[in-house]
Formats: sequence, structure tokens, C-alpha cells
Amino acid sequence: MLNLSLKQLSTLLESKKISSVELTREFLKRVEILNQEYNAFITVNEEMSLDQAYVADTMIASGEACPLTGIPIAHKDIFCTKGWLTTCGSKMLSNFISPYDAHVIERFNMTGTVNIGKTNMDEFAMGSSNETSFYGSVKNPWDITTVPGGSSGGSACAVAARMAPAATGTDTGGSIRQPAALCGVSGIKPTYGLVSRYGMIAFASSLDQGGAIAKSAADLALMLNVMVGFDARDSTSLQRDKEDYTRDLEKPLEGLRIGLPKEYFAEGMSDDVSRGVDAAITEYNKLGAKMVEVSLPNTKLSIPVYYVLAPAEASSNLSRFDGVRYGHRALKYADLDDMYEKSRAQGFGAEVKRRILIGTYVLSHGYYDAYYIKAQKLRRLIAQDFAEVFKQCEIVMGPTSSTVAFALGERSNDPLQMYLSDTYTAAASLAGLPGMSIPAGFGNRSRPVGLHIIGNYFSEAHMLNVAHQYQQVTDWHTRMPEITKV
Amino acid sequence: MEWEIVVGLEVHIQLLTQSKIFSGASTAFGGTPNTQACAVDIALPGVLPVLNRGAVERAIKFGLAVGAEINSPSIFARKNYFYPDLPKGYQISQYELPIVEGGRIKIQTGNDINENTKIVRLTRAHLEEDAGKSLHEDFHGMTGIDLNRAGTPLLEVVSEPDMRSSMEAVAFAKTIHSLVRWIGISDGNMEEGSFRCDANVSVRRLGDEKLGTRREIKNLNSFRFLQQAIDYEVEYQKSILENGGEVKQATVLFDSGKRETHVMRSKEDAHDYRYFPDPDLLPLEIPQDLIDKVMKSMPELPMWRYRRFIAQDVDEYRTFTEEESRIHSKHPMQLSPHLMDYGVEEVYALSKYDATMLTTDICTADYFEEVVRIVGCKNAKLCANWVIGEVAARLNQNDEDITTSPVSAEQLAELLLRICDETISGKTAKDIFGAMWHGEHGASADAIIKAKNLKQISNSDEIRGFVDTVLIENPKEVSDYCKGKEKAFNFLVGQIMKASKGKANPAQVNEILKEKLDRKKCE
Amino acid sequence: MSLVLEDVKLVANLARIKISDEEARTTLDQLTGIFYLIEQMQEVDTSTIVPMSHAQDVVQRLRMDVVTEVDQHELFQSLAPQVEGGLYLVPKVIE
Repeated sequence: MLNLSLKQLSTLLESKKISSVELTREFLKRVEILNQEYNAFITVNEEMSLDQAYVADTMIASGEACPLTGIPIAHKDIFCTKGWLTTCGSKMLSNFISPYDAHVIERFNMTGTVNIGKTNMDEFAMGSSNETSFYGSVKNPWDITTVPGGSSGGSACAVAARMAPAATGTDTGGSIRQPAALCGVSGIKPTYGLVSRYGMIAFASSLDQGGAIAKSAADLALMLNVMVGFDARDSTSLQRDKEDYTRDLEKPLEGLRIGLPKEYFAEGMSDDVSRGVDAAITEYNKLGAKMVEVSLPNTKLSIPVYYVLAPAEASSNLSRFDGVRYGHRALKYADLDDMYEKSRAQGFGAEVKRRILIGTYVLSHGYYDAYYIKAQKLRRLIAQDFAEVFKQCEIVMGPTSSTVAFALGERSNDPLQMYLSDTYTAAASLAGLPGMSIPAGFGNRSRPVGLHIIGNYFSEAHMLNVAHQYQQVTDWHTRMPEITKV
Repeated sequence: MEWEIVVGLEVHIQLLTQSKIFSGASTAFGGTPNTQACAVDIALPGVLPVLNRGAVERAIKFGLAVGAEINSPSIFARKNYFYPDLPKGYQISQYELPIVEGGRIKIQTGNDINENTKIVRLTRAHLEEDAGKSLHEDFHGMTGIDLNRAGTPLLEVVSEPDMRSSMEAVAFAKTIHSLVRWIGISDGNMEEGSFRCDANVSVRRLGDEKLGTRREIKNLNSFRFLQQAIDYEVEYQKSILENGGEVKQATVLFDSGKRETHVMRSKEDAHDYRYFPDPDLLPLEIPQDLIDKVMKSMPELPMWRYRRFIAQDVDEYRTFTEEESRIHSKHPMQLSPHLMDYGVEEVYALSKYDATMLTTDICTADYFEEVVRIVGCKNAKLCANWVIGEVAARLNQNDEDITTSPVSAEQLAELLLRICDETISGKTAKDIFGAMWHGEHGASADAIIKAKNLKQISNSDEIRGFVDTVLIENPKEVSDYCKGKEKAFNFLVGQIMKASKGKANPAQVNEILKEKLDRKKCE
Repeated sequence: MSLVLEDVKLVANLARIKISDEEARTTLDQLTGIFYLIEQMQEVDTSTIVPMSHAQDVVQRLRMDVVTEVDQHELFQSLAPQVEGGLYLVPKVIE
């Protein structure tokens, strides 16, 4: 049951071999057992989950079922969920019961999926290890002494430990792909603008994009079928014809050109990750793909650019947390400014404060052109690099992360080291391109390696096809961490 | 020492939309606190702005009316600062690339339209959102925040520092105020804060090229306060400079009770707003068809209506001055639809004074033209006199607006027609108008004339009867007149009018009396 | 361009985040390292490049001017730290 695909679960539900209530109870039980150890969920609410399961069973009974009706899905705690505590991993929102649903949540509700719980995350999605969460670190189920990656670490852990069949996530500079890689699961960040950001608590508006984490590419396709869609409440939401992301899964890869950016295979990548990626490339050769060496010359600038733009936007986006209308307010204060300063100093953790300060600085008078405008110009160069590359190939591949999961605490006191975790993922975010990570074997100490797949704008169906074909000839994505086989 | 006063204004105009600039909440004034503050307005986590078409159209309308450029694209930016009435911690405004750039306004500081007029250049006009309100009544030493106003669309109009006196500043503010109401983009209600001014004031030695250091007076919500505040600032700055001091740049508030300004409590950081393009909003492109659509909804602008009202003949009206040709070649859309297609066949030939008074607001102008339409162009002067005179006086007395006038344009026209066809005299008409104002007989002139039997006596036999009687009864005055005392004539007219209970046609009375007296003179 | 302690304090004040002297010093060290990384940007000549604000080259959509929202202030204010008479309360604002 735990390792069944979304399609298999759907078939079981539709043929009434199992009810949504039974399935939900099954996963809730597993969450109850495992979450104490892994800390993947911030909020679990059995009653509310089961209420949705009853509704789903009614839908199924009356023949109104959609492909995911009745299936439990875990939601990153960044998505506002009506009636649910929605914390964004922060003390600031530790008392925030959302009065409304994010667009993504609305779409899942309409489909009749069951919210199995809200997953842990780096505070306000700022982090690459899940250690910045006010609710404590999430453990990597493959090795509980290591991090699951971040910021969607709770979602990646939940799927890896089979506490949920699939989960939502968000990705600003790698926050879906990097934890998916470190936890040995599949994750996709679609083209910027495909998934509405309405109700997704903003980190960096021009980069944030909702996406999914699941066991396989085929499951991700079903998740995107629910999540992608125009939303008039998000000015950056794109109006496009509806797509079926499963449509191309079975296409052969014969003739596919895969670009391998030489900058991705230069120094920096650890040997075990390199071996995993090389093996995957060999597999793709066998599937009929051709490798093309390409260049993304501005790759090394993506981290500096990202760490100017994302904090700048964040510093402004997080100004609304002022202790006036919701969220944390300091108990004692002298006056209005003191109330602001203490509420924000207490409500935000160290990493969030650090990024607000960086962002405030780069936007401030006298530095705006040197940092912010400069970074926006380089952002264009980075996007142009990809445009050139996609003239030579359809898909770009490389490592998702330069290393396998690192130890808890190893980088948490060194922000610079932590920021470099996003080296391979940030560029696609800056360009607004879709990116994926899929399991590609194991590196040192049996920790998962992720294969990074970047496609051109709106090529998600093709990317899923590329990933799915690999998953037809490999079984990395079906592997479960030992400890979870309880 | 001779000083020159330099004033530039920033005017914040609430746009008359149904919903807010970035949310679907109502903009209605006076709601119960926070009942019109939706999730977007209170900046819940995760909410996003979507731009209101109505606000954009109104901004374009203003831009076209002042002959400005409409920027496409224009960009929305965030102005970052913390204040409890600013829920997001930033105001969505426009910084680089505002929607409207340039433009000019003709202002007039006296009643004579030829003198004291001046062109004030506009720098820009941009769209932004209003903040909420802080209520300072004591809530246990705390301030209460009402966010109903948060997100109301504002157009901020910024002038060049072209004004040289408080009077010019007021004239500018009044002209903008009248214009935005004229084109229907704002109700301009100053008590409700729909129209607020900030004034940048500096002084310099007459003849100096360089501008003096300015101080900005914030949030002036009446023309009187605007004038008083600038006057105070000018005296204050002059006294500092004359004592060898230096004016420091500052933001000040006007205390209308004490009639003085004081510096706002401000922090050093107050002006580091960290503007940057709002990533939640995309570049605003304005397609030509939207501009065309807005242009079609543009009423004939006050300056063009004024021009039409004073034109002596149709040809003169249709001939462009050099200045007009220049505007026309640059912005053909701005004046051509009305000037070229209005189908003017007759003109009113009003005086400049009358035309000025009738074009202070669009409702007055419309009212006037409706009256003229019924009464006829050749009686335009009579119509103008009544609208500017009786109607305006009564409205002023009751502090009312022409849109709520108890006597409609049609009803006034009915009355004026009776003057024209000599059914009643002008004097009787004023009495009838008084009765109409109070709603007597359904405010119908004809009904009142009939009911009160006020129809003018124009039968010359009947009038001769009155004249004869009066001549017999007043031999002394008759003889005085014959001796050359012209004044006696007026007395006799008065007596005749009295005898006819005011109904005798005054012209006829004059004529007959003169005829009879002259005959007596000769005797 | 090297960061000094005063910058950190100034920026913290702009961002309304209370920061102790000790925190400011730690932050200064960390930010100095991060800005060292960020400074790499200056190596590239971007004089002819147009800044990129958005990932997609699309323009702003406009909403019809209609009221779509209903009053939910009771629900919203149930989340607020301090409310009275339908107003959000804050420490006294001085202009």
C-alpha cells in the first residue's frame, strides 16, 4: 500500500477496494508513529482530514471522482489552508489559523483530495536544510543524523518515509528540487506563472513557484494536473490552455538531445554525486538520447544574483508581519516602534532576519543600482544563457545538489556554505524555467543522489516524459529508507 | 530685500471607483470600521494585488485632459515604510515610469480672464493606493486603526514649482479640483478626504536662479488652509533668511487652529523608502484602443466649452489660434472630437465673465445649456444671467448644489420663455422663481402665473386707463416733469405699476406715459 | 564597499528589527562574507543589459471595477493581537 502509485491508489478507491477514510486512517497512523522521529509535519488534524475523506467517499460513491479524489496529500505549511494552523515554519505565525484557502488548496479541495497535514519547512522558506524552522529540524529518513534539505524538507521527508503518497512544495531557488534530491524522491517546480501564488505565503515573489514532490514522475504529472491553472487573483498567473501532464509519459526518448552544461560538471560536485549523475547519463544514452556539451557561462553568478534579489523581495514581503493585524506581538514594549522591533525580533528566526537585513541593505538609498539593478541585469544574462542552450538541446541535465545529504548542524552556522547548496538550482529559478529532481542512485553512506532536469518554458510534459522513461528502466524511485519499513 | 515665493503642489485625488485599486472591496465612504477591508487590504499572508481597470481608465482620462503623455508601459513600485495604517509595510505606488507624464493646466487668479492667467506645468500623475486611518481617540492610551480606506485608488498629481504665490497655488488646486469633477474621475469631496494637497514651499531672492531649500506642508484638506499654510511658511522662511539663518529641508504639518506649521516627528531614515518595482504586478501596457475608449467618454473640457460660450460666430469658433493648433497637432485626440464634431450651428456670444462663471463646474454648464436649448440661442444672455444670478444666489444661500436644485433646467426655461414672450415682466419672474423654488404648484411657472393671475397686461387700452388715472391723481409731478424734472417720470411709472398690481408691461407703460407727458409738455 | 557596524544597525532600524550590539557584530561578520560573494557581480559589464524584473514577458491584467468582497472583519479580527470596537489597536501613533 505504502509504495503504490497515485494511479494505483486511485484505482483501488474507484473500485471501492478501499475507502478514502480507510486510506486516510492508514496514513494518519503512519504519521503518528513516524513523525515524532522525523518531525516532517507541523500540524496534523485527524478530524479535519477524516471530514475530507468522508466527502471524498461520497464523491466516489456518486461517480463524481477525479483522478486524485480520496487520496491523502501533505501540504507544505506555506499554503494558507482555511481553518488550519498555517505557520510558514515561523514563530511569527505560530497562532495563525488561516481564514482562507490558497488557490492550490482550493484546487485540491475541488478534486476531493484529503489534506493529511501541514508539512514542516524552513522558516518562510528561507533555508536549504530545514534547520531554520521554528518547529525544529526535519530528519532525513535515509539517515536521521542528516538534513532532508529545504525548504520543502517536510514534504520531501513525508513522501520519502511514505507518510504521504505525495505532497505540495514551493521552490524559490531550489526548495523543491534540493530536498527531493536529498530525500531520494521526485520533485518538480513548474514554469514560473503556472501555479497560482495566491495564498502561498510570499518569500520572493518573482521567483516563488508552487510544485510537487512525489515518488515518481508519473505521480508528479497527476499532481500538476491538479495544481496548474489560471487564477485571476494572481497578476503573474499565466492564462494558458489546460494541459494533461501525463500525455507524453510513454513517448520514447529516441533522438532526444540532452545538454550537459560544462560548468555543472566542473569542480564543486562531489565524487559520489558525480558517479550517480554519470550513471544516469549512461542510462539515457541507452534510451536513445544524445548528449550535447553546452555552456551556461554565468552559472557562478546565479548565487550572488539570487542572494541579492530574493532577500530584497523578501525584506519587503515580510514587512506585513508587524504584530498589528495577526501574528506575534511582543508582550512588553515602550512605544509603537519598540512594538514593531521587538515583535519582529522575537517572531523571526536568525536566518529570516539575516535575509531581511541583506534585502533592506541592497534596496537602500545609494546601493540600489550597484546591487539590485545589477542583479536584475545579470538575471537577464542568466536567462539568455538558457535561451542559447535550448537552441542546442531540449533538456539540460546535471546534479541537483553538489553533495548528498549533509549532517544536521554541519552548515547551520555558516550561512555562506548553506547558500552554496543552491548552486545548481538557483539559475533555473532566476530564469523562471521548470526544473525537476529525480532519484539517481545512492552516494556515500547510502545517501540519495538527485538528477537535475531543466526544460524550456512550458516543457513540463516533456520533462516528465524524460523522467518517466528513466524510471521505467531504473528502480531508484521505488526504494524506501530501511527505517520506515515498520 | 525682495523675495520670490516658489510653490509646487502634490495633489492626492481619490478616484471614483466602485472597488479598490488592488482588491474587490468597496470604496464607499463612511462604513463601519474595517468592514470594507478585505484579505488583500489587511495584507493577510499570501494575498496578492490585481489592478482595477476603472482606476487605470480614470488616470488616462486625467492625462488626456491635461495634454500629458500616457506612458506605456508604466510600472508599479513599492514604497517601503512602517506605519500602522499601511498594512503591507509598503505602499504600492509608481516611481519610475508613472502612468501620466507632463501636461499643463491654465490657472486664473482674478475674474478677468485675460489678465492673471498662467500656465502651470505638471511633472507627472501616478496611481497609488491610499492608506487606512489612525483614530487618535483614546483607546486606553492606544490608537485605533480602520483600514476601510486602505487601497482606495489615488491619483497623485505633481506640479512643477511654477507657482509664485499662495493665491496661484490655490488657483491651481481649484482648477485641478474642478477638472477632476468635470471629467468625473473624483467626487473631489474635501471633507471626506477625496482631495488633499501637499505644498512644497521655498523662497529665494528675486532674480536668483537657484531654488531655495523647500519645506513640504503635508495633508492640506481645504483651499483656505492651503493658502494660510503657504502664507505662514513664506513668512517663516523669510524671517529665517532675513536673520541670516538657513532653511532646513523638512516635512511639516499645518495647525489650522494656531495657523502655523510644525515639523513632523521624523526619523533620519524617514526618506529611505527603498522603492523597487513590485514583483507582484507586471508592466502596465495601455493599448491605443483603451485610450480611444477613454477619449470617447471625455466630456467637452472646460476650456473648450468656455471657448464655445464666448464665440461670437460659428466661423470664429471653428478657427484655431496658433496655440490651439500647436496642441492639436501634438494631441489631436485632446480637443478635436468636440471642437470638430460638436455640430455647432449657433453661438451664445456670452461675455468672458459669464462664460467663466458657467464653466466652473460641468453641472452648471450642462444646466445652462439645457436652459438655452429650450429658450433659444438668441436669449443665451438672459439664460446666463439667471443661472449665474438667481439660481446661483439661491443655491449659495442654502449651500446646495446645482444637481439638487429645486428648480430644474426645464422648469427655469419655462419661466424664461414667459419673459421672452412678454407674458410676465422680469420683476414678476423673480417672484415666480421664488415660489417655484419653494415648490409651489409643482414648481411650474405657468401654473403659478395662472393661479396667481400674474399674466402681464399688454393691452394698451387697459394700460392707457392706468396712465390716465395716475396723471389725474398726480398733477404736481406732471407739472414738475413738464418743467424739466426728469425724476418725476420714474415716480409716475412706479404709481402706474402699483395701480396695475405690477402686471402692466413696463415697456409699454414707459412708452405710453412718455407719449402722454410729451403731449402735455407741448400744451 | 565594506560593511561597517553602523550599517547593520541602520538597516536593522529600517527593517524594524531590534538588534543588540552583540547580534549586530555577529551579523556584520556573516554579512561581510555574503557580500564578498555578492561582489562577484561587479566583475561583469552589464552596461547594455536591460534589468529583468519578471520571469515571463507578459503585461498586467486588469480587473473589472466591481465589488466582489464581503465583510469578514470578525473572522479576520479573531486573529488580531488587540482589537476594540472593530479597530486594530496599536501603541499611540505620534505624527
